[in-house]
Amino acid sequence: MSTTSLPSVAGSRFTGARALGLLLRSGAVVALVAACIFGAMRYYAFATPENVVNVLRQNSMLGLVALGMTFVILTGGIDLSVGSLLAVAGVVAAMLSTHGSLPAIAGGLGTAMLLGIVNGVLIAKVRIQPFIVTLAMLIAARALALAATAEQSVTVSPDASALSWLGRGELGPVPLPVALLVLAYLIGWTMLRYTRFGRYLYAIGDSEDAARLMGLPVDRIVIATYALSGALAGLGGIVLAARLGAGQPVAGTGWELDAIAAVVVGGTLLTGGQGGAGSTLVGVLLLGVIFNLFNLEGTISPWWQWVLRGVFLLGVVIVQGRLQRRLTHE
Amino acid sequence: MTGAAPPALLRMEGITKTFGSARALDGVDLTLRRGEVHALVGENGAGKSTLVKIMTGAYHRDSGEMWLDGERVDFDTPAQAQAAGVCAVHQEIHLLTHRTVAENVYLGREPRRWGFVDWRRMNHETGALLAGLGLDIDPRAVVGTLNTARQQMVAIARGVSLGAKVLVLDEPTSSLSPREVTILYDLVRRLKAQSTAIVYISHRFDELYAICDRVTVLRDGRLVSSHDLASLDRLDLVCLMLGKSRDALRAGTTAFGEQRHAPAASLTAPQPPLLRTEAIARGSRLRGVSLEVAAGEIVGVAGLLGSGRTETARAIFGAAPSEQGAVYLGGRRLDPQSPDDAIAAGIGFVSEDRKAEGIIPELSIRENLTLAALPMLTRFGIVSRSRQVEIVERFMRRLGIKAASADQRIRELSGGNQQKVLLARWLCTEPRLLILDEPTRGIDIGAKGEIQALVNELAASGLGVLMISSELEELVEGSTRVVVLRDGRSVAVLQGDEISQQAIIHAMASERAPAAQDAAS
Amino acid sequence: MTGAAKPARVAAPPSPPAWRRLVPGPAYAAVAALGVLVALNALFTPNFATASNLWNVLLQVSTVVLVAVGMTLVISTGGIDLSVGSVMAIAGAVAAVLLDRGMAVALPAALIGGTLVGVLNGALVAALRVQPIVVTLATLIAGRGLAQVISHEGELVTIDHPGFALLGRGHLGPIPYQALIALASVAAGVFLLRATPFGRYVLAAGGNPAAARLAGVPVQRTIVSVYAASAFLASVAGLIVASRLGASDAAKIGQNMELDAIAAVVVGGTALSGGRATVLGTVVGALIMQVIATSFNMLLVPYSWSLALKAAIILLAVYLQRPKRV
Repeated sequence: MSTTSLPSVAGSRFTGARALGLLLRSGAVVALVAACIFGAMRYYAFATPENVVNVLRQNSMLGLVALGMTFVILTGGIDLSVGSLLAVAGVVAAMLSTHGSLPAIAGGLGTAMLLGIVNGVLIAKVRIQPFIVTLAMLIAARALALAATAEQSVTVSPDASALSWLGRGELGPVPLPVALLVLAYLIGWTMLRYTRFGRYLYAIGDSEDAARLMGLPVDRIVIATYALSGALAGLGGIVLAARLGAGQPVAGTGWELDAIAAVVVGGTLLTGGQGGAGSTLVGVLLLGVIFNLFNLEGTISPWWQWVLRGVFLLGVVIVQGRLQRRLTHE
Repeated sequence: MTGAAPPALLRMEGITKTFGSARALDGVDLTLRRGEVHALVGENGAGKSTLVKIMTGAYHRDSGEMWLDGERVDFDTPAQAQAAGVCAVHQEIHLLTHRTVAENVYLGREPRRWGFVDWRRMNHETGALLAGLGLDIDPRAVVGTLNTARQQMVAIARGVSLGAKVLVLDEPTSSLSPREVTILYDLVRRLKAQSTAIVYISHRFDELYAICDRVTVLRDGRLVSSHDLASLDRLDLVCLMLGKSRDALRAGTTAFGEQRHAPAASLTAPQPPLLRTEAIARGSRLRGVSLEVAAGEIVGVAGLLGSGRTETARAIFGAAPSEQGAVYLGGRRLDPQSPDDAIAAGIGFVSEDRKAEGIIPELSIRENLTLAALPMLTRFGIVSRSRQVEIVERFMRRLGIKAASADQRIRELSGGNQQKVLLARWLCTEPRLLILDEPTRGIDIGAKGEIQALVNELAASGLGVLMISSELEELVEGSTRVVVLRDGRSVAVLQGDEISQQAIIHAMASERAPAAQDAAS
Repeated sequence: MTGAAKPARVAAPPSPPAWRRLVPGPAYAAVAALGVLVALNALFTPNFATASNLWNVLLQVSTVVLVAVGMTLVISTGGIDLSVGSVMAIAGAVAAVLLDRGMAVALPAALIGGTLVGVLNGALVAALRVQPIVVTLATLIAGRGLAQVISHEGELVTIDHPGFALLGRGHLGPIPYQALIALASVAAGVFLLRATPFGRYVLAAGGNPAAARLAGVPVQRTIVSVYAASAFLASVAGLIVASRLGASDAAKIGQNMELDAIAAVVVGGTALSGGRATVLGTVVGALIMQVIATSFNMLLVPYSWSLALKAAIILLAVYLQRPKRV
């Protein structure tokens, strides 16, 4: 008896599940391609290098924040504090910029990461729900940014040229924030797919109990994930401060919502364990392109744009929910 | 095989564990030898799963000692236990359902090349491992798309690949078909030949005697004894588990008594039955169940796991409505599409999963008990507190619900008392038909008897009862008739003297049991 | 508070005294905290214990209480409503735009318009089983935009209507109308939870939806109702704020209200996991947050410090209430 054959009910189900899963994952890509084709056909200004670079640059900081959010959501958690951490990092970097670029960048990143670690410890060790911990951090970190700056924006010192370069420099035709974005997603994608840490994020999001029973250091991974989310939000904040030439304590208000929206639209499920960096990049770009189309159209007021954005998010989530349910019912 | 005792692989001595004020384990010893299959048996609450969790690092013992390969060991986490070679495959299989077989097998120690996960090698080695165990499973398949049996095999394969010296199988066959069970046996024998020690937890005596070498019996957190299984007959084993003498066991074991074997008077009368289903079907699990329940009758439903017992109940109650066939209540067609329809028609349903589908844990006994009857207790949109209190007191007294007060949260009660509250939830709606799915599962002996007596009394007062049970004694002694299901179909109806454990087992298992054929018409 | 695996069958904890039952479980700690806060402030904050200041606290807290009562219902079904702030803005905008046609048109229209958002939330959560956080996030975004669209594409619509102004500035004797409205909403919340089937259904749906469905509880209808109630109360709060401001500022009204309301609910002792609710606890929670904000303001402590303290209190409250496990 070499191989025993089990009743193979799974066979037909598997391909069906695969097709649905593919649709679930690639729906956002299809939408993005369709939006781009529509834009290119309707507006002369859409498919120009300037416009493309513009869209990418405008969305690069949100993209960084959303990447961190992706890691967190893959574990089944949520990070509401990213907008505030972004502000803290920008403010700290601006304040330290008189000492040079390196202390500024390291200080900004380090502070945001440290606050992310605080999130992670409270979630993993003290066992308070992510929603509450990061809600409290949203408030507390904003308070920190306001207190540190006496509620004024802090100018980035002109001496910190490397810091300014982060926000305003270019690599050939590519603005530096865009290069950073691409680099971050490349690393993020590789990490999720090819490193143990990345695989463990999926495992924890799939079933924390199972991951624990299979011997994964769940607490350490969760803490590292929130640290990473904090650091990426911090990076976004530093780039933003560099672009604006000032660290603003009110920067990034409401960005947690935009980041969550981008992650969800991309196809990563809030329940954890399914999705990835590529999906989120597609989600960020899709939302960015739609906004760009609104602007090119010119007749849609910003207020209607908000309405449409909300409606769009709802539509995506409803379709996803249906597909997902079909998938699990099969 | 049972001659000279091989040296101990794992030894546990004087293991004690306390939860709050309850002592779950009290000085339990266990010795596992290389290459043996060791059965761990005991009634609910005996302490089997606590012992296993301590062995595999999920719980930490309060006192006692543990040796593996002659060395003292102390596991703080499942990871440590696994690293030392002690693995568990739990009843509710703990795998990552959205990930592939290979990822699950190698989780925590993925093969890497230059620091990156080497997917090709991982898939390849998993394939080799599975083939080596005689399993035909694609390493790239997502675990959630596999059936339960295959998932179980994957979990075992993971244990094997971890180099497990001790493998714990907790109720491994609870959701397997007979054919899949033989595959599992093959696998267990293979591992045994490789001198792995296997702890086998099961309630099914056939399995224990088919596959196990020795048995350790626990009762109420204490060690009763360890034996070679070959020298212990079944009745002795049951006696050890229940803590009874052989003579005591011969008498009836349930509180139903024997009197119900006579068909109820209503059966012979020409009035229409209270409940009648005509070939109800839904999906692949429920494929044509026809049965009848008369007022004042207890109709038992028997069948193996997966035979469509629970699905039948849920279809009659409208929780998972039937797609084909018909449900008649009191001669009128009902076909409930939701529980509301069924409740309004006078049907109550006590689910088999008390925790997930029965109690509302944070609410008081009073609110839990009156939940289904609220519409009747409400006047002008306000719940009448006095009527509520009156009903709750009446039923707490009548059913002997033991609690500090009606305000106590239901989650603080014992399983038996919770079950009584859930019964009362339906009784106070004054139903015509009550569907009970495993009414005495996981309940201590005392409460079990009380519930059985109560069901009997209710039927005597004219209520129709449809009772699903996997305990054959309960069906045999409690039912006026027994409907036997197999593969989603009703295959036999036994009544009067035809009802016996043997007849039921025959009908459940065999394709053509002569007795069943006659009765099914 | 037993969390043990096997509670004793007969020996159960004695039933708590009546005064403890009024504010069940964890809310007890919140009441104590509020008492200590008020006492400390009365001693050390100049002018804190004056009538005018206390009325001021009441005035400030009333809109948060309104919204938080609805949030308590939503959270006790295991959900969350992030859209309350946007609903406030919508109600304010609708009223401001329609006030020319009289209060009889403007007020019902505003309340109905706001409540409809809640019905939409509830329907999506209940029928399509989309997670509440995503649904209400989407309506938060879309609702804010809608409020702007309604107020003539983002204008600040000033309101000049003496009757409407009473809502936010009028008094009945010494008591501001808005405090009375908030009080009425609290009374209604307590009544609903204690005396009506609906209250039981809310707790049952939050505590164990599968069991509730099998017991005949109309789970879907209950969920739609709580989101509708939350949106209705938020609409009332939106009208009050618009009246107080004398204008509908669609960008500002209700901003971050969801955070304040969730904080009040959580500090008050309602578990985020659902199945338990204490409306009175929520009121205490809202008062704690408001007393901190007011006293810090009076002591000239920077705003940011009061934010930081709020965050710490939320964490502490949840930490103290976390379920104890073996």
